[in-house]
Amino acid sequence: MPEHAADGTFVNPTGEVRDFLRRRREQIAQRWADEPLFRTVFTVSRDEAVEAAKAVVDALAEVADAARVEDPDAAGFSSVREQLGRMGTARSRAGLSAGQISSELASLRLPLENPLLADLQEAEAPEGHVRACMTTLTVLIGTLRVVVMQTALSEGQALIDRQRLQLLEVATPVIKLWDGIVAVPLIGTLDSARSQVVMETLLEAVVEQQARYAILDITGVPTVDSLVAQHLMKTVAAARLMGAECIVSGIRPAIAQTIVHLGLDLGTVVTRAGLADALAYALHKLGAGIVADADLR
Amino acid sequence: MYPGGAAGRVPVLKLGEVLLVTIQGDLHDSTAEQLQQDLSETIARSGATGVVIDISGVEIVDSFLGRVLAEIAAQSALLAARTVVVGMRPAVAITLVELGLTLPGLRTALSTEQAMDLLTGPSRLGGRRQESP
Repeated sequence: MPEHAADGTFVNPTGEVRDFLRRRREQIAQRWADEPLFRTVFTVSRDEAVEAAKAVVDALAEVADAARVEDPDAAGFSSVREQLGRMGTARSRAGLSAGQISSELASLRLPLENPLLADLQEAEAPEGHVRACMTTLTVLIGTLRVVVMQTALSEGQALIDRQRLQLLEVATPVIKLWDGIVAVPLIGTLDSARSQVVMETLLEAVVEQQARYAILDITGVPTVDSLVAQHLMKTVAAARLMGAECIVSGIRPAIAQTIVHLGLDLGTVVTRAGLADALAYALHKLGAGIVADADLR
Repeated sequence: MYPGGAAGRVPVLKLGEVLLVTIQGDLHDSTAEQLQQDLSETIARSGATGVVIDISGVEIVDSFLGRVLAEIAAQSALLAARTVVVGMRPAVAITLVELGLTLPGLRTALSTEQAMDLLTGPSRLGGRRQESP
């Protein structure tokens, strides 16, 4: 692709930008290395920052070469995607908001703009061509911003997914309190996925331990809305179908008020204020009691 | 499973005053209806006071089977017999609840032993041995 047409006019702004990036690679990398984005991420040595900046310049040149300046999925970005993601993550760990990272990326355009302008003026390019080149450059940097944001977002999403899985594993232990009595202390907000896990683990434990009484302790559940109540009712109904009785305990006064205000009918569910009350109820129903030993007093 | 004319029939066993039905594997619609009929006839003939249905071998349940269970309980109640469903698997229980079939009129128990205790009067802690005549 010739940079200039045969008659000396300027027709290919994308190619112009590509050639400019390749020509000035060293100079741009040096100036980018001083920008906060590179300086603060690659702290080991300045050379490291310069190398990283060079990799990004090369990637931009390759994208311009493929004439896909508007495409964040362009093949040219794939080589630096991981590095850009690392930079984005490092900056957000340093406490920057997504907007701040974005404007730091935008500021990478300035070190490119003036040299490009100077080069074009030197070559006595017509005004229209200069404008087209500038637009191409702006679009290219914009696409770079999108790539960084995409990568950072998907990494954040992966982290959230991982933590959600960990939470599911950690937060639902089934405890055997007595022969035939199991308890699940629920901690945190109950959503559909979690309550499903709670229901399954509780019912499995009921079968495994032949437990006739299952206590659902909601002391650690901050709020009870109609959805949570519905999940509780479902668990209670399922346990009953299997031949176990469910007791809901740990209903704090505020939650009791909420339940009444919402008009939720927990009439079919045995409820107790605390876990101790629930255990006492279950023991009583099993025919076992706790008696003070006269000799030990 | 059952040869000859009794093909697709679920056996109804009599243990004293209690009828014991064990359902193994998937219950076909026609078999379920046959069972419903057999049970009501046996209750009427023998004067049983309790029915124990063991469904620990059932892995898949649909709304039809849920309805059959509820109907067996209702018709047995009309004939003065109490019905206890035993050994429902967690997955089956969850499915029934998600289908909206909480079967409020149905008694349930974890094991056949508990069901026997439930039907033959209140017992003390632990399983009491069932003396069958």
